[in-house]
Amino acid sequence: MSKKIFTIAIILLFSLVSFADNRLESDSVAVATASEGKMNIPEFILEHIGDSYYWHIATYKGHEISIPLPVIVRSADGEWHLFSSSRFEHGHSSYKGFKISHSEKYRGKIVETSAQGEEIRPLDFSITKNVFALMINSSILVIILLLCARWYRNKGTTEANPKGFVAAIEMFIMSIVDGVIKPCVGKNYKRYTPYLLTAFFFIFINNLMGLVPIFPGGANITGNIAITFTLAMFTFVIVNIFGTREYWKEIFWPNVPWWLKVPVPLIPVIEVIGMFTKPFALMIRLFANILAGHSVIIGLVCIVFVTVELGTAMNAGMTVLSVIMTTFVNLLEVLVAYIQAYVFTILSAVFIGLSQAEPHHQKSH
Amino acid sequence: MSLLTPDIGLLFWMLVCFGIVFFLLAKFGFPIIVNKVDERKKFIDDSLNSAKAANERLAGIVKESEDIIRHSREEEVRILKEATEIKAKIIAEAKQQAQEEVARMIADSKLAIEKEKEKAMNDINNAIAEMSIAIAEKIMRKQLDRSEEQRAFVDKLIAEAQSAA
Repeated sequence: MSKKIFTIAIILLFSLVSFADNRLESDSVAVATASEGKMNIPEFILEHIGDSYYWHIATYKGHEISIPLPVIVRSADGEWHLFSSSRFEHGHSSYKGFKISHSEKYRGKIVETSAQGEEIRPLDFSITKNVFALMINSSILVIILLLCARWYRNKGTTEANPKGFVAAIEMFIMSIVDGVIKPCVGKNYKRYTPYLLTAFFFIFINNLMGLVPIFPGGANITGNIAITFTLAMFTFVIVNIFGTREYWKEIFWPNVPWWLKVPVPLIPVIEVIGMFTKPFALMIRLFANILAGHSVIIGLVCIVFVTVELGTAMNAGMTVLSVIMTTFVNLLEVLVAYIQAYVFTILSAVFIGLSQAEPHHQKSH
Repeated sequence: MSLLTPDIGLLFWMLVCFGIVFFLLAKFGFPIIVNKVDERKKFIDDSLNSAKAANERLAGIVKESEDIIRHSREEEVRILKEATEIKAKIIAEAKQQAQEEVARMIADSKLAIEKEKEKAMNDINNAIAEMSIAIAEKIMRKQLDRSEEQRAFVDKLIAEAQSAA
């Protein structure tokens, strides 16, 4: 019990740190932008939730402190290039014909200029901030779970009960297995347990790390459409590859009056569309929730800087409000981090369960 | 809007990362943990069942031992009772035997005394007859014929005398 409280306390602590650092980071950026003129809030928010070729840590006295990341691009002539993103000098210079675009279409992305003077996008496999964070989070996840697995392999469960951290992880795993996978998937649940658990923990750790603003965290990973798209694709593929005959029959020849199927295959068309809307809903739900959470937190922090010009008293009052609201939303986001991982897992499990349909006992007509 | 268009590079790296994570965890992570937890559940269930069975057996054993004790008590009482009976019987038998023996011995000795007495009487009779004859001889001064006839006559006389006495 005390361990549980301890874990919760740690999570709370993280969110407080998160809030504090959001402030710090924004502070320095705001100072930098303030010197140039009025702060552009939407751009500021978009920059924070978007991807980047640097890992920006802080701006100190107009000097940006950031970690440069490797750029891997293939130019139009088919040649691969690998260089550090520090060559761009924060978008101020170009390197080997590549530069960071400032145009509306490819804002913040690496482009090269064609012979016609147009910006074209090269094949870009750069290790961006999101990719780097993804790798860090994946490593953390793998290390944590393999350490837990090692505990089980060494100890043998008939000798001892896990305590502390391993017990906490076991609680998460078994709550998902017993509460989600078993009831939703049905009798073949063992086959899908590894995927569903991986999905849950992958989303969960990326959500949580997204709430930690200091270095290894803070990237908006699960709020990126490419990430949620991949996750949804995995579910889609698993659902349709392991779908039973009955599942396909229900799509193409469902048990409805014949005139709904022939000559116009109304219900089959709806069912086929349904095949795609299910993973689409998964993708959008996770993406939108996490993106919104990050945006709201940054937006609330920005109140502090927006109200600077309203005078000291007003600014102080709004700062207190901002702190309270940010803390609240950050705590809410911790909840959301779990809930969204849980929802993704439960919906994937339900979709897989539906694809495991068994023939009904036909009623005699 | 760039937020809604998936970036090909990120897509690729996500596929790689998630693929590796999935592979590692599906092979070395979750199955081990889940199986071990299931095993533990089974072990706990088994332990509970065997503990229940052991308790039942223990209760059975207690009852059995109580039965044994009770039975042995009964046996003890029964044996004691039997022993007492046997004792009484043996004593009674011994007494009876002794009495019979004594009676027999008394009877034997009476018989022997009777015989001895008779024998002594005969001896006395003979001696008296001899003496009588001798006395008569002397009295009569006459050598009487010591035939068997004489003797039988004397015996008859003695018997008469005896019965008279």
